Parts: sequence; C-alpha cells; structure tokens
Amino acid sequence: MTFEEILEKPPYSLCKEEKEKLLTSRLTELTKLHREKCPEYRRILDAIGFDATDVRTYTQLPFLPVSMFKEHDLRSVPKEEVVKTMTSSGTTGQAVSKIYLDKATSTNQQKAMVKIVSEFTGSGRMPMIVIDCPGVIKNRAMFSARGAGILGFSIFGAKKIYALNDEMQLDVEALKEFLEKYKGQRILLFGFTFMIWQHFYKELLRLREDGIRFDLSNGILIHGGGWKKLTSEAVGRDEFHKRLEDVCGLKQIHDYYGMVEQTGCIYMECECGHLHASVFSDVIIRRGLDFSVAGIGETGIVQVVSTIPESYPGHSLLTEDEGVILGEDDCPCGRKGKYFKINGRLKNAEIRGCSDTYASKF
Amino acid sequence: MQASFKELQYIVGNEETIAKMQDIRPLRPFDDKVVDFLNSLSGILMKNRDYPDVATFGFWCRKAALLKEKQKYDDIRDRLGKGIVFHSTPSNVPVNFAFSFASGLLAGNANIVRLPGKPFEQVDIISNAVAGLLSDEYKEMEPYICFVKFPPSKEITDFFSALCSVRVIWGGDMTVAELRKSDIPARTTEITFADRHSAAVIDADAYLEAERKDLVVQNFYNDTYYSDQNACTAPRIIFWRGKKKEEAKADFWNRVHELVANKYTLAPVQAVGKLNALYNVAAQKEVRLAESEDMLITRICVDRLDKDLMDYKYNSGFYFEKDIEDLKEIANICDKRCQTITYYGVAEEEFRAFLEEVRPIGIDRIVPMGKSMDFTLIWDGYDLIRQMSRRVTII
Repeated sequence: MTFEEILEKPPYSLCKEEKEKLLTSRLTELTKLHREKCPEYRRILDAIGFDATDVRTYTQLPFLPVSMFKEHDLRSVPKEEVVKTMTSSGTTGQAVSKIYLDKATSTNQQKAMVKIVSEFTGSGRMPMIVIDCPGVIKNRAMFSARGAGILGFSIFGAKKIYALNDEMQLDVEALKEFLEKYKGQRILLFGFTFMIWQHFYKELLRLREDGIRFDLSNGILIHGGGWKKLTSEAVGRDEFHKRLEDVCGLKQIHDYYGMVEQTGCIYMECECGHLHASVFSDVIIRRGLDFSVAGIGETGIVQVVSTIPESYPGHSLLTEDEGVILGEDDCPCGRKGKYFKINGRLKNAEIRGCSDTYASKF
Repeated sequence: MQASFKELQYIVGNEETIAKMQDIRPLRPFDDKVVDFLNSLSGILMKNRDYPDVATFGFWCRKAALLKEKQKYDDIRDRLGKGIVFHSTPSNVPVNFAFSFASGLLAGNANIVRLPGKPFEQVDIISNAVAGLLSDEYKEMEPYICFVKFPPSKEITDFFSALCSVRVIWGGDMTVAELRKSDIPARTTEITFADRHSAAVIDADAYLEAERKDLVVQNFYNDTYYSDQNACTAPRIIFWRGKKKEEAKADFWNRVHELVANKYTLAPVQAVGKLNALYNVAAQKEVRLAESEDMLITRICVDRLDKDLMDYKYNSGFYFEKDIEDLKEIANICDKRCQTITYYGVAEEEFRAFLEEVRPIGIDRIVPMGKSMDFTLIWDGYDLIRQMSRRVTII
C-alpha cells in the first residue's frame, strides 16, 4: 500500500478494524523497507530476532526509542537524496535528534498535515497570526520544534504576521492593523502553549486594563508544545480556554500533540478536548514492565506510529511521554479512531549508584 | 580565612572547627582514640534496624574489625596523617561518605566531609551519632571532624580545596573534572574515584552443583539490582565458563527473574532507557538479545569482546553475556576503567595465574559474588590509609 492511497481516505473515517488492516499492511511494508535500506535498523532487528512473517497486527512491529535519532544518523536513503534535516529541541547542551527527509517524505508530511488540520479549520487559507517572534525561523540555531511547527502551519496562512518581536514583546500596532484589515474574516492563530500564555494572554490582560481590547472571536487558535511550563502556574486546559475567551473572545481553541520525529502526523484536539489519531498514524499505550499493549483507560508509555516516513526508520517510535487512551471510534465529536490524553513526560527515576549527579548541576 | 558562605551548611562542627583544624596535629594511623571513637559510633549504629547500610557501616567500624585491619600494616610506627582531608562524596549513595570519612580519620587526619546533597535519613542518623559523641565523651576529637552540605559552588569548593592536604573525590569522571577546576596546594594529593566498570565470571558447572543456588542468586542481586546496577562495582558483563553453560544460564536467570520480579521496581523511564541502550549497541555491533518475557533482565549475548563494548553499558539490569573457555578471554574488557571482577566457582590460583600471564592495566579487585560492595581500606586500587598518611624516615 502506498501513502498516496492512504491519503485518499478522509482522516477520521476508518473504524478500528479497517484502520488496523491499513496500518498493519503499510507499517509492515515500511518495516521491511527500512530493514533493507538502513543498516543500523537492520542490525537492531537482527539483534532482537524480529521476523516479519509472524506479524498479525501492527502492534507487534518493533519500535525505536526516540533518543535513537540523537545518538545515530538513521537514514534509509542515500545522503544525496536528503532535502531537509529536521532537528528536535532538547534542553540546552543536549544532543538533538536529526531527522533526514527526502522529497517524497517531506511532501507527504505536508499533505497529511493539510488533510488533518483542514478537518478543523475548513479548507482554504486564512489570514494567520503566529504568536511567536520572527527570529525563531530566521535563526538556524533556534530552528527546532518551534520553527518546524510554525513553518508547518504556515501553509494554512494566506497572509501572515508575527505577533511578537524578537524581544518577545507583543507588537500592538501591527496586530491592530492586521485585525482591522481582515475584519470579519476567519483568522488562524498559531503558537506554543506557554508562549501564548506568557507573551500573548498576559499582555492582552494588561492592555485591557489600559482600555485596549482585541476582538478575536472570529479566530481559531491552534497551539502545541505541552503544558509542562503552565502546570507550575496551575493553568490547565479549561482555565486556558476560559481566560483566552475572556480576554479576547477566542472560542475555537485546539491543542495538538506531535513531534519532529513524526512531522505531519499531528494529533489534533477536538471540541470535546480529546486528542485524535488520524488514519495516517496511531497511538499505542504500552506498559513499562514488558511493553505489552495497555488497555483503554490504562496509563502507560506512548508509542506513535506513522505511515509517512520512508527516508528514515521513524514509522514506529517509543516516546518518553506518558499517556492514556480514552476510547476508540466513539468520541462524541463523531471522529473515528483512537482518542487519548497526554500526561506529560515519564517521571524520572531516582537511580542509585556512584556516578554522580553533582557535576551536571554545576 | 573565613569559612562562612551563604550556601554552606554545617551539619557537624562549625566555622570554628575549620579554624582549629588548620592548627591540629595529625594522628598516627589507627590511633587508639580514633579506634575507640569509631567503636562507640559502631555501638550506636549497629542498633539501627531500619537501614541495613547504616548497620553495615556500624559493623565495619567495630574495634575488633579495625584492629584486625591495623595488623595488616607493618609501618604504622613511622606514619602520621597528612593534615586535612576534604572528601567530596557522591550525591546519590547514602552511606559512602561514612566510609570515606572513617578512612580519613583512621589514617590520622582532620576531615571535612561534603555530605550527599539529596536528603537521606541514613545521613542524618550517622551525622547525629557523630555529633552526639563529639559533644560528650569525645570532645577532644572535635577539631578532626566537620560535616558540611552545600549546593554545587565553585567558591566553596575553592575554599576547602585550598585548605586540604588530601582531596578525595567520589562520583565519577564528570565530578572529578568539575572539582579539578578548583586548585589545590602544591603538595596536596588527590584520590579520585573515576567512572569504572565491572564484570562477573561464573563457572557453570560449579553453579549447577551449588546446594544453595538461591544464595548465589541473592548475592548476584546484591551486587547488581541493589544499586540499580549503577555502582562502579556492579558487573555489566557476565562471563560463563564450564561444560554446561546453557543449562546453568537457564537456571540462574530464571531464579534471578523470580527474585527481581519480587523485589525490584522498574520504572517505565528505566525500561525505555534500557531499550534505548540495547538498540544503541545493536545499531553498531552484531549482538543478540536473549529472549525474555519482560524488561526486568536485559541480556545481550556477544561473540566478540570489542574494546569499546563497555562504552555501551547501562544500568537497571542490563547485561552483556559471553561464553568463555579460558579466563584469559576476558582480557579485552580489562582496560583502565575495569574495577571489580566478581566470581563464582573460580579459584584464587586461577586469578593469580591470569594476572601473572595477562598483566591487565585494569582490574583492582577480585571478590566473591555478593561481596562487590563490601568496603575495604584498599579501594579502587588505592591503599587509603597509606595514601592519606605520610611516612617519616629517620636514618
């Protein structure tokens, strides 16, 4: 099965059995492809004695921990065919993931993303406000998850402005002008959860006290990057929605879950507050003890599979996130497929031993 | 010099202790006063039922045990301590600091001990016992003992480093490198505990004949899982020799699995780390994963011992495994970083012959299975008493 065939299917149209069949077929093919083309991947599969003929369903396929892309250059195409290398964020000083894209994989990422996001925004491009600074995509050193997210979503923007300047201050005049110009139209807003809260919401709140108010009731906000930094301020999803509506009338707000290692296959949050897997990808929750598949409602380690990656062996990955499947095919929003929740990073274990932790804190 | 810093916390002793230390007279190794003091400390700590590691330290510093150690030294008459020893102890092992401290004291020195940063009740128990003794019958020992806590701070490390005659650094390569940014006086010496790896050798036939296999397995557990297999003494590679290797392995690992499943908690993040470590080595080398129903034991069979194999080591129950016909075959992992060989069913003479013939640049300890963590005054290849004292010659 080719990716083009999968792309023809509406993103949330397949029920469990249909989707399982599709994923098993495509992901088994991708596993074979990468085993053939990527020597490191082949050695790994040989080491664990993986035999594709035993596979009945895609959950039996091997998965690589995402860190593998930090420590190795994993490619399934010749160097010359790489058109783009994506790097993941990581704490300063740490190694970053390197994801090698050829033309086909890069194009397919975009196509999948358009299909998925259009389900929420409608087709057609909209004026777009990026709630970040332009420096993020200019500066190659900073060009990471944030830059990739902005560039990825920019295809939905007809006309685009950055709401913040490079000092991370809200550009009030530019925003005013932009909203005036596109008055009455639907507007797409995109940014990272924490940035939105810190540099957009808080500033709007302050401006309101000065009598300046923006009306974004026509807006649709898509945000990602996780809630970690906001939990310290005790702001959860509901609070986030309520406060934004309060300050600027924004009602349509969608979180998403995604990662550089599987760009394109993002998991959008529906009107009911659930993250959804599209037909292009899936989420499997695994138990920490033996990596067996956890049931609905059972918290575990998040595995993500994607039907896109052909240029690097990233079609089946074990993340370092904890999550839980909330249900399958029966979300009240009407979308088929699994819907789930991400709890955040796996908790760090306090490992004993004499190699110390002082040094890293110096 | 003023020993007060905002971030510096005195747990035993105070600024004045530091001032007095600079004028103290060193003691002879195994001075009677010191042995009595440690024996009294032992008396208090051995009563502790909550923490086996505290009791183990208490047992170790009994008078009888120390006097037995003393007999191993034939030059004590000519020896004196060097002055002040500054111990930087590991942040994530609770009782290691106590052994380091006791060694410095036994060698005849005043001791400034940086305690683990993490809160451990064991540290409080030992510190309180020491403080109690110093305030009562061992007042004269006061200027010899100061326990401190401080967050990573070059300023404070500079200060103590400038005072000491011996600097003892536990905690591995990174910590050694960090502390070395602080200068020490010209005649000050260092004892550094770098990153090390260890191995185990098991004779399959001897194991199969063992009457108490459960004890062998318990000993293995204590050497490995007890420290999350993250102590430098914990074996990272297991060598099997003998005729019935497969039979022995099957029995051994089954029993280990049963014990681990009962006693050890593997957090999800550890399981992911192990999978990542496994794939790291598998991506680069030809290895084979032994089948297992879960992630508690990760066994990676290797046919070849590449010199860099130990760069791929990991913790939480992550083992390389290799069959050998002859002890000599382990030589390739015995580089400078190799510390401890634990064994079961191998005779002392065989190791002596091995050392004679192979003369490896690594290996500092060869100990029976289960004894890898037992502290001795010769540790990591250092004779701690002699390294922390000086020999006076009179001709």
